[in-house]
Amino acid sequence: MAQQTQSREDRSLALPRWLRDLVADWSSDQQTFKVNWGKAMMWIFVVSDTFVFGSFLSAYAAARLSATLPWPDPAKVFALHIGESEVPLLLIAIMTFVLISSSGTMAIAVKYGYERNRAKAALFLTLTALLGLTFVSMQAFEWTKLIHEGFRPWTNPIGAPQFGSSFFMITGFHGLHVTAGVIYLAIVASQVLRGAYEKIGYQRVEIAGLYWHFVDLVWVFIFAFFYLF
Amino acid sequence: MEHSGEQHHPIRVYLVVWGLLFLLSTMSYLVDFFEVRPKELAWFLITAFALLKAGLIVSYFMHVRFERLSLVYAILLPPLLIVALAAFVMAEGGYVFDVRALFFGR
Repeated sequence: MAQQTQSREDRSLALPRWLRDLVADWSSDQQTFKVNWGKAMMWIFVVSDTFVFGSFLSAYAAARLSATLPWPDPAKVFALHIGESEVPLLLIAIMTFVLISSSGTMAIAVKYGYERNRAKAALFLTLTALLGLTFVSMQAFEWTKLIHEGFRPWTNPIGAPQFGSSFFMITGFHGLHVTAGVIYLAIVASQVLRGAYEKIGYQRVEIAGLYWHFVDLVWVFIFAFFYLF
Repeated sequence: MEHSGEQHHPIRVYLVVWGLLFLLSTMSYLVDFFEVRPKELAWFLITAFALLKAGLIVSYFMHVRFERLSLVYAILLPPLLIVALAAFVMAEGGYVFDVRALFFGR
């Protein structure tokens, strides 16, 4: 039966033999990657999104290298006043730790999902979403502070105007990803709690995890190349 | 890997990776805080710490270390193109800087 269907398709497609073999190998991700389709699709999304952020960071490098005015020192721009002293990048460091912690809780949520411990999986998913929300709130605070100080995508009071366009573009796009992730995680958490994955398995928690870890991964590079360089 | 495609690892693995990520983040922050010089050394350390963090997240949190090789290659090879892109546009950026300096002064 399956044989017949295949031979009819082969005739209608009339592909040369080598192309037919190639298509047969790659036409189903089950054969090539041996993972469920949702996971394969999320990986495709993650890899393509890597290119989006890779392009942003490359554009930032080009903008910074071609700027003739001095580049604002991030350590000073993002410093916080604590009493008398000025601590460089304090808020950004806290944001980094918050996002890393959310990745940790996410990994643990995936583990409890596969162990079919619904209460704990939902708890850690909620914790992850809350940490993500904390991160976005701090990002919003940072934006507000900078905008009040006169930073705009096209100008700023202390140096190369390209600073603002890179900053708002990169952190804005990343913040958008975190916001989307928080909503995504909230949905997955409620589905876990409802027992929606009892029959179909808990792969969807891991898939949500892939997205969330990717958001953390992007921040690793933004933190290193935008804030610390 | 199990037939079901599920990932089962002891919780200790995640906690150790979590701790290492904290440590590496702190170290890269300290490089900036104490203003390590020459600047090239600081850049090298920050990049090295970032790559180590990325490696830990991808290998353990995203379980790539435990996936089939076909999937690992499909994930890890394409992003190498970004390195090529960055190299091209950075050379271009330096050139644009020179041209601007030449025609517009500083």
